[in-house]
This record gives sequence, C-alpha cells and structure tokens, in this order.
Amino acid sequence: MDSIIQNIQGIPLNHYLIFCSVIFAIGVIGVLIRRNVIIIMMSIELMLNSVNLLLAAFSAYRGDASGQVFVFFVMALAAAEVAVGLAIVIMVYRNTKSVDIESLSKLRW
Amino acid sequence: MMELIWLIPLIPLLGFIVNGLGQYNFSKSLIGMVGCGTVLGAFILSCMLFGQVLDARYAGGDASFTYQLFEWISVGGFSLNFSFLLDPLSALMLLIITGIGFLIHLYSYSYMREDEAFGRFFAYLNLFIFFMLLLVLGSNYLIMFIGWEGVGLCSYLLIGFWYKNSSYASAAKKAFVMNRIGDLGFLIAVFAIIATFGTLEYAEVFSKASEFPMGDATLLLITLLLFIAATGKSAQIPLFTWLPDAMAGPTPVSALIHAATMVTAGIYMIIRSNILFTLSPLTMQIIAAIGVATALIAAFIAVTQNDIKKVLAYSTVSQLGYMFLGLGVGAFTGAFFHVMTHAFFKALLFLGAGSVIHAMHHEQDMRRMGGLKKYMPITYITMLLGTIAIAGIPPFSGFFSKDEILAFTFHANPLLWGLGFVAALFTAFYMFRMLFLTFFGKFRGTTDQANHLHESPIQMTVPLMVLAVLAVVGGIINLPSALGGGHWLANFLSPIFANTYARVPEVHLDHNTEYILMGVAAVSAIVMAIIAYQKYVKKSEVPQEDGAVQGTLYKLSYHKLYVDELYAALFVKPLNALSKLLYKVVDKSGIDGVVNGVASLISASGRGIRQWQSGYVGFYIFMMVLGVAAILLYGLLNI
Repeated sequence: MDSIIQNIQGIPLNHYLIFCSVIFAIGVIGVLIRRNVIIIMMSIELMLNSVNLLLAAFSAYRGDASGQVFVFFVMALAAAEVAVGLAIVIMVYRNTKSVDIESLSKLRW
Repeated sequence: MMELIWLIPLIPLLGFIVNGLGQYNFSKSLIGMVGCGTVLGAFILSCMLFGQVLDARYAGGDASFTYQLFEWISVGGFSLNFSFLLDPLSALMLLIITGIGFLIHLYSYSYMREDEAFGRFFAYLNLFIFFMLLLVLGSNYLIMFIGWEGVGLCSYLLIGFWYKNSSYASAAKKAFVMNRIGDLGFLIAVFAIIATFGTLEYAEVFSKASEFPMGDATLLLITLLLFIAATGKSAQIPLFTWLPDAMAGPTPVSALIHAATMVTAGIYMIIRSNILFTLSPLTMQIIAAIGVATALIAAFIAVTQNDIKKVLAYSTVSQLGYMFLGLGVGAFTGAFFHVMTHAFFKALLFLGAGSVIHAMHHEQDMRRMGGLKKYMPITYITMLLGTIAIAGIPPFSGFFSKDEILAFTFHANPLLWGLGFVAALFTAFYMFRMLFLTFFGKFRGTTDQANHLHESPIQMTVPLMVLAVLAVVGGIINLPSALGGGHWLANFLSPIFANTYARVPEVHLDHNTEYILMGVAAVSAIVMAIIAYQKYVKKSEVPQEDGAVQGTLYKLSYHKLYVDELYAALFVKPLNALSKLLYKVVDKSGIDGVVNGVASLISASGRGIRQWQSGYVGFYIFMMVLGVAAILLYGLLNI
C-alpha cells in the first residue's frame, strides 16, 4: 500500500492536474461537437473518469481516504447513468432508426 | 308568563324553517296547517301577554317589562343586550301583527291554493311575521333595525313572488332599492345615537334625551335621519312610488305587508322615539308637511286609477300620510289609533279586492267589472263596511281615528287641517268610486268571466267578516271625550309618552270645536259618497279608456303626476348613463385594460423567450457548458 502511494507521489501533483484537465476538456469538446449519442455518452464517461483520477491523486497526496470514497460513489453513479442512458438510446434507435442527437429535436414548444 | 315572550317570534320562525325545507315534499294541507298554526300560536301567546300588560296598567303601573335573552355585543364600554320589551305599545302591535296576520294566513290558504309555489309563499309569510315581531319587540334600536331590514327583505321576496314576470321582478327591485335609501338613514341614525348617548336601549336613550334642550342640533340630525328611514318604509314623499308598484305581489301580501303591518313600521318607530321627535320641533314641522303633502297627492292620484289594487295602494299611501300628519302635530295616540283602524279596514279592503280578483280570474281593471254585488254578497257587504270606515262616516272606526288626527291638526295649524280635509274629501270619493264601479251597474267583463263569477270559499270570507266587524267597531277603543268616551287607548298608552308630556303639556281640545270639525267631516264625506253615487251609479259612467284620457287634471292624476317619469329622468337615467360611462371607460379600458395588458405582456414575452427552446439537445448542452464556464470564470475572478 505504501509503495502505491509512494509511486503516485513520485509524479508531481501538477502533472495530474494538467492531465485531468486535458481529459476533461476532451470530454467536454466531445459532448459539444459529436452528434452520435453513444459517443456523447462516452465523452461524459471521459469527464467523470478524469475527475475520479484527480480525486484519487488528491487523496494520495493528502493521505485522506475520503477522496477514494468519492471515487466509488462516482463510479456507481456512472454505472447507473450508463444503464439508463443506453436504455434510452436503444428506445430512440427503435423509434427513429438513428442515434443522431439531432433526431431528438421534438422536445420543444 | 314573561319568560314565554321569546316564543312569540320563535314560533313563526320555526314555521318558516319547516315550510321552507318541506315546500316540495309536504302536502298543501300540511303546509297550510304549519303556516297558519304557527301564527295562531303566536297570536294566543300575544293575547296572554297582552292580558298581563292590561292587568299591570289597571294596577296603575307603567306596564313595561324587559326580558333579556342574552348579552349580544360587549365592546369596551359599549354593551348591547338581545332583549325584548313588552309595554302597552308593543303589546298592541303584537296583537295587530299576529291577529291580522293569522286572518290573512287563513285567507291565503284558499287564495293561493292553486299556486305551485304554495310552500314557498307560506314560508315567506312566516318569515315576515318573525321579522315584524322582532321589529316591535326589540328593546333597542339595533334589534328594531334587524326587524326593519328583515321585513324589507320579505317584502322584496313577496312582491317578486311571481318572479317569472319581469315587470313584477323589477317592481320588487324598485321596492328594495327605495327601502335601502331609507335604511341607510336608519343605520346612520343608529350610529349617531350611539355617539350621542352611548347606548341603544330605548329606556336609557329616552331618559338621557329628555334632559336635552328643546331644538337641540344633535337631536335634529338624529330625528331627521330616522324620518328618512320612515319615509322609505312607510312610503312617504319622496320615497312613496314603490308602494303602488308593490301591488305586483299576491293580494294577501298587499293586505298584510303593504297595508296593515310593515308600512306602519315607520310610524311605530316614531311613536317609540316620541321624546326625540318632541324635542325637535323643526323635524315635527317637516313630518307634518310631508305627511299632509303625501296624503293629498296620493289621494289625488287615486281618484283616476282603474286598477282596483292601485286605488287601494294609493289610498294606503294617503292614509299613511295622515298618520304622519298626526305625528307631526303631536297626536301620537291619534296616529297609532289610525294605524290600528287602518290595519282593520285596509286589510279588509285588500282581502275583499283579492276575493273579487279571485272571482274575476285575475282581472284587476275595474272597467271590466261591475254588478258583482249579486254574485258575491259577502264580499260586497264587507267591502261596503270597509269603504264606509275608510271614508270617515260615523260611527265606523275610520271616522274616529281620522277625526282625532284632524282635530289635533286644527289645533296646531288650521292650514294643514284644510289640506288634510281636502284629502279626506278625495278619500271618500275615490273609495266609493271603487265600490260602485266594482259592485254596481252591469257586468262589463267577458261572458266567459261572467259564467264563472262566484262567491269565495269560507276560508276567504271568514277573515273578511271578522275584519269587517273590527272595522265597524274598532273606533270604540279610543272614543273621544266629546262623544262621552274615555280615551281608553290614550290612557293605556300614556306611559309611552311620559317623557314627552313632561316637556310639552298634553293637548286638550275644546269640545265645541271638535263637534264642528266632526260634523263638517262627516257631512262632507257623505256628500262625496253621494256625488260618486250620482256619477257612477245613476249616470253609470265608466272611466276613460287608456288611449283616450282627456283633461289636464285628469291626465295629471291618471299618469300619477309623472313622478315615476320625473324620478326616471332625475335619477335613473343619469345613473344609467353614469354606469354606462363607467362601464365603457373605467371598466372596459381601465380595469380590463390593466388585466388584459398584464396577460398580453406575459404572453408576448413568452413568445419571445420560447425561441430559445429549440429542442436541439446539442444547443442545450452548449448553453449549459457556457453557463458553467461563466460561473467558473466568475469564481476565479472573485477569489
């Protein structure tokens, strides 16, 4: 256990911060510019995981386990979200024969 | 015995509740039994209480009993009891209301038998009796006010009883609105009394008032307001036009409410407050002037009316004018005496007219009647007695009461006496005109009506006969001393006027003057009757048809002096125009404009904002990211 912490602390915290920001930004951009619903969901997953990584890093640096507990919560939540989201995507596909986000423009006045 | 006083108004109220709830389910006999029985019960109780008052008076007391039911209002230093007052005045009113009320209920049982809303009719009648009893029994002005409003309501409900006829409904509305004008005066007077005396109980108000100086300004205000209330309820100038229109109601209603009881409430109220009025000589002069003007004008109008009920209605207005004339010259007992005798003979005349209308199948135009005396002998004889009584021919009751008022008027002001005397001449003429047109000569209706002419059933003729007896002998209760009588009524009522007599000495008339006045009045009444006989029986004249009315005076009288038209031009039309203006400007563009403006502003902004709701998920997410970025940026800048 100690060796894992030492391994993590071997890399400076700034590196984690920059790396996670980049992954998060990739996720955001993916959500914004892609039109395939499944890819959008994958991009969301990317954002969640970048946050998870950062939580784990802070947890290791500060020697506080509550950061890891948060990571578990986020993972459970992400699993639930994906289950519901994929079910919706399947229903959308059955109805519109497409997973294009633009096909879901009925939701308006 | 006094403990039972609360039962008197309660029994008719129970009758109202039972008949009101059961009007659709009960049989007509049951409704009639409940309706008549409750009033009979109240009458029996009233008789017992009257006996007690009588005993107390003969024992020399002032016979004034107060019975407190509960303390009603207690605010700061002001408290008000819900209590009843039994004294000679209210005891006599009780007898009139329940006694004549019972006879009229009995009569209605037969008269209204064919009406589909029979139960509703009896429920309203019982409710009226309840409120009227409350009015006369209350021991303070507020209870009187409850009764005052209540009888106005019942009057409205019963005038508009056949509400499907829109002219009847608007007659009811007219009566209600005109009464409201008077009621406002009453209400303000009540507040003024509280402000001045700090109480509403009669006994306390009167004892405090009797220490005021003569012609006090506050008392003047209070009495003027009370008099306005009386002009509304008792149909005096300027608020008298509702009473003739009130004839739209069923005839028993006209007899009970618009002749015998409710319209005399104003006179009762002034007699009750006699000390206040005595101390305001200006108000008394106004009352006398208005009274004699009303008596004269109404009598003048009555001369040319052709509707049998309209003649009686104007006659009622005229007789009420007499009573006010009596009050105005200080003849309180005389006014009350006339209230009683008028209740007898006017109820009789109205019920007789109802009997005629019943036989004529709801024909009220006297030009279509004539020669009815051989078909309806009982109605004819009783109405003849009533006519003689109202015309003031001795020794019938109307002669004595009218004579007493006229004698007091002569003593106070010979000019007023002259005007009152002219009104009496008119009265004798138009009453005999009505009698002759209806019962003498040849029948002028359709053959269909002629075949169905019949005497009314016994439930209708018995009240007629009882009232006829009262109308004939009613005068004996207050025989003037000039004729060897004992002024029984005046003596009986004297405790009511104790405060007044302490300030103003009682008037004692010179016997010789009184003999002359009586002789003149009696002879001229008989002469007017003979003139009417010559005109309508000997020459068998029939009044002119509606379209062909000739002669300026005749036209003036026929069109009721154009008072209704005058009021329409003065008040109704400007009010309507103002209402239309308010409707168009304030309501339509003002209030509606604000409301609709807010609504259209919101819907316009909604139309604008909904463009953002494009439905494209990508757009929503983009906006969300922008928002999050903005929040982050804000956070960064403000660390």
